[in-house]
Amino acid sequence: MISVEHLTKAFGPKLAVNDVSFTVERGEVLGFLGPNGAGKSTTMRMVTGFIPPTSGRITVGGYDALENPLPAKRMIGYLPENAPGYADMTVIGFLNFAAELRGLHGEARKRAVERAIELCFLENVVYQSIDTLSKGYKHRTCLAQSLIHDPPILIMDEPTDGLDPNQKHEVRNLIKRMGRDKAIIFSTHILEEVEAVCSRVIIIDRGRIVANGTPEELKARSEMAGAVHLRVTGVPAAELQEGLKQVKGAARSEILAERDGTVELRVYPDGSGARGSLTRDVAALAAERRWQVAEIHTEEGRLDEVFRAITLPDTVKAAA
Amino acid sequence: MNAWHNIRAIMKRELGGYFTSPIAYVFLVIFLLLTGFFTFTVGSFFERGEASLVSFFTWHPWLYLFLVPAVGMRLWAEERRLGTMELLLTMPITTWQAIIGKFLASWLFLALALALTFPVVITVNYLGDPDNGVIVAGYVGSLLLAGTYLAISCMTSALTRNQVISFIVSVVIALFLILAGYPPVTDLLTRWANPVIVQIIAAFSVMTHFEGFQRGVVDTRDLVFFASVMGFALFTTGVIIRNQRAG
Repeated sequence: MISVEHLTKAFGPKLAVNDVSFTVERGEVLGFLGPNGAGKSTTMRMVTGFIPPTSGRITVGGYDALENPLPAKRMIGYLPENAPGYADMTVIGFLNFAAELRGLHGEARKRAVERAIELCFLENVVYQSIDTLSKGYKHRTCLAQSLIHDPPILIMDEPTDGLDPNQKHEVRNLIKRMGRDKAIIFSTHILEEVEAVCSRVIIIDRGRIVANGTPEELKARSEMAGAVHLRVTGVPAAELQEGLKQVKGAARSEILAERDGTVELRVYPDGSGARGSLTRDVAALAAERRWQVAEIHTEEGRLDEVFRAITLPDTVKAAA
Repeated sequence: MNAWHNIRAIMKRELGGYFTSPIAYVFLVIFLLLTGFFTFTVGSFFERGEASLVSFFTWHPWLYLFLVPAVGMRLWAEERRLGTMELLLTMPITTWQAIIGKFLASWLFLALALALTFPVVITVNYLGDPDNGVIVAGYVGSLLLAGTYLAISCMTSALTRNQVISFIVSVVIALFLILAGYPPVTDLLTRWANPVIVQIIAAFSVMTHFEGFQRGVVDTRDLVFFASVMGFALFTTGVIIRNQRAG
C-alpha cells in the first residue's frame, strides 16, 4: 500500500531524513521507533504530503504521492503529532468539516461522523468546543477525524501520547483491530506498545533506518536474548560462577542479587549454540552438582536494550 | 465541481469561526460605530448640504487600514499556531482551494459588515434625492478596496504564526498603498521628483483607483488594478505557504 524509496529531506545543511526506504502492506502495523528528533515525524509528514521531500519516491496505493497527491491523500487518514484541532469548533462541527473535505455529503457524512464518534468514545463531548476538552478527548477527536472516511491507510504520529493508561489500552486495541485490514504506520516512544501492537518495527536514528524487522527479530538481537536466568540457594556465588565457566556455550555470568544464601545470576550465551541449548546445559550442570535450583528460565531479550544499543550516539557508547 | 465543494467547506468553517468567537460581533459594532462617527461628525454629512455619500466613502481607505488586517490576521497565523495547517493541507484538497476558501469567507464577512451600513443609504434617500448609481459604484469600490487589503493581510498572515506581527506588517503595506496616492503626500513629492515619477508611484495607490468609484465612475483600469493586487497577494500567499512546507 505504501512504498517509500530513498527518501531524503534536508533542512538547510542538516539531513533530517537520510535515504529511508520501506514498504507497508495491507494487514501490517508498522511501528516507527527512534529518539526525539530522529526523523520520524518528518518521514510521516512527507508520506502524508504535508512537506515535500528533497529527493526520493513515495507511492501510496499505487499513486505517486508527489506527482499525483490528491488520490494518494484520499487514501490516508492522518493523526499529526500533538493532535491539533480548531479551538473554537465543537467536536461535531470539526468532524463534519473533516468529512466534507473527505468528500462525504448528506446521509453518508452523517453516518461517517456517527461511526467515528462511536469508535473513539466521544459521545459525551459531541457539542463541546475543542479548546475546553481534556487532552485525552482532544486526542481522540483528532483520531476520529483521521478515521472518518474509513481510510485503507492510517498514519499516526504518537497516537497514545498524553493519554491515561486506560485510554492507551483502548487506542492500542483500536490500532490492533484496524491493523487487520488496513496498512498502518505509527510512531511511538513506548517500547511495550511496539511489542503489543506492531507486526513490524523500524528504528530510525539520526535520519537513517538502523533496524527493520519483527519485534521478535529485534529482541533476538539483544545481548540478553537466550541468556539463562538462574536462582540457586545454599551455594556460594564464587563456586557457582566457577562451575558455570565450564558450561559449553556460556560467555560469562553476572550476579544480579545475593541475599540470605540465595544467589541470582544471569549466564550470557556466546552465540555458538542454538536458542535454549544453554539453558539445558546449565540445568544439566546444576543437576550434576546437586545445586538447589529455585528458578531457571531463558531470557527473551529486551527491546529497550536493543533500542539503546542501536540509537545511543557513539560517544556515549564509548564512555559507557 | 469537487473544487467548489472543498472551497465551500472551508468558507463555511472560516465564517463559522468568526461567529462562534466574539471577533465578528466586536468587529461589526466597531465598524458601524466608526463609519457613523466619520460620516456624520468628522465628514460633516449634514453641513455639506449635498445628497451624496461622499463623506461616507472618503473615510473607507483609512477605516479599512486598521479594521481589515484585524479580520485577516488570523487566517493563516492561527492555523500555524494551532498546528491545524498540517491537518488542513494533508486533506485531499489543493493549497489554492484552501487559500481561496479562506479569502472568500473573510471577504464575505466584510461584505456583510458593509451591507449593514444600509441605514446611511436610507437616510440620504430620505433627506434628499441622491444619485443611487453613484452610491452603488461607491459600494462596489469599497468592497474591492476591502478585498485588496484583505488579500494583503492574508499574505502577511501566512508569513508568521504571530497575529500581531501579521497585523502590523499588513497595516504598513496598506498604509503605503494609501499614502502613495494621498494628495498631501503626492503634493510634497512633486517638489523633489519629476511629476511623471510621482504619477507612476501614485498609480500604485488604492486612493487613485478608489477615487473614481466615489464619483460613480467604474473604470476598467481601476477594476484591473484591484483584481491584480488581490491576485498577486493571494498568489504570493501560495508561494509563501509552499516555501514554508519545503522547509
